[in-house]
Amino acid sequence: MTAAPEQLDVLSVAREQVLEQGVGLSEEQVLEVLQLPDERIPDLLELAHAVRMRWCGPEVEVEGIVSLKTGGCPEDCHFCSQSGQFPSPVRSAWLDIPGLVKAARQTAETGATEFCIVAAVRGPDKRLLSQVRDGIKAIREDGNDIQIACSLGMLTQEQVDELVEMGVHRYNHNLETARSHFPNVVTTHSWEERWDTLKMIRDAGMEVCCGGIIGMGETLAQRAEFAVQLAALEPDEVPLNFLIPNPGTPYENYPVVEGPDALRAVGAFRLALPRTILRFAGGRELTFGDLGAKQGMLGGVNAIIVGNYLTNLGRPAQDDLDMLDELSMPIKELSKTL
Amino acid sequence: MYCGYCGKARVGVGVGGADDQTEVDHSACASRLGVIDPPRFCGECARRMVVQVTPAGWTAACSRHGEITSAR
Ligand SMILES: [Zn+2]
Ligand SMILES: [Zn+2]
Repeated sequence: MTAAPEQLDVLSVAREQVLEQGVGLSEEQVLEVLQLPDERIPDLLELAHAVRMRWCGPEVEVEGIVSLKTGGCPEDCHFCSQSGQFPSPVRSAWLDIPGLVKAARQTAETGATEFCIVAAVRGPDKRLLSQVRDGIKAIREDGNDIQIACSLGMLTQEQVDELVEMGVHRYNHNLETARSHFPNVVTTHSWEERWDTLKMIRDAGMEVCCGGIIGMGETLAQRAEFAVQLAALEPDEVPLNFLIPNPGTPYENYPVVEGPDALRAVGAFRLALPRTILRFAGGRELTFGDLGAKQGMLGGVNAIIVGNYLTNLGRPAQDDLDMLDELSMPIKELSKTL
Repeated sequence: MYCGYCGKARVGVGVGGADDQTEVDHSACASRLGVIDPPRFCGECARRMVVQVTPAGWTAACSRHGEITSAR
């Protein structure tokens, strides 16, 4: 037996195209990566890690997130336990300002540089924005200079401007999945409406954080489609979630993404997005356990959410900090220059 | 008495009447409770609780039986 010709192997192509030239993979190439056999996963992760080191560096961005307004959302995102349209056990709750300040302080104490304030809404109303404004003010008065991101749904131009003026440096708004699959996941608003908010955020000078969830019934081709659609947006950060099948949601009986599939997704997204901050977000505990988290960090991921998520729990922040220490990956620090 | 994850009784759900002490299988619930999910149902009365998750912990409040919090 002779070996397959090197030039036809997608990872050999990617080594030249992505690692050497910094050009992300095309949709067809991403699909090829997603279809690699299990025995090629170590090669994929090794290459994705090299790409991350070359184009992003060794630092890991650590973030904490908190839900300011939980539950009772009018939208019908089928993965979400916070939709008011499904019989989910998640009840509505508001976090008060002292609670928000405490959450931000706990996040900063882990060494995180990012704190994301999230609300389960279609878009913010006056009450929510004023809560965010008061919250940011109180966090600063607490002597906490952590960078603040927000995720408050779809925005108007006025609201974008207001967030910029509050000092919000990054905005999260996930496209969630491939454009062709989105109507199966959400029916109360469109992928294009989300895209419009993202363009406004970019144009206003805020950093764009946009990712999604793997494992919502999308095909591998749609997973590849999603990766290149994200690449076209050129987001500063891509949070990669794996579906947590939450009780009461339409996806409650969906299978958890298998570890090898999740690792292929991690590697493929890095090869599609060589320069972005690729963040491990929700669902990694369920999909990988402890071992996979490390494989992901050595497979192209360069950012993590530590501690708990919005309605689901994560592993203790210290476990992840110990893992980064063990991997000799430095935690990104707040810029010292003013 | 009630499972914090699914809100159903821990023993004897209608299998053998009021005195039924048959154990009900909540092992799937147990694999998520405290690991992926905070409790959503009050263990005393099975009411849905108001739950707030924060980066380092959670609180869950029953309107009748008060608030419980995570250890960490
Ligand atoms: Zn149960
Ligand atoms: Zn109760």
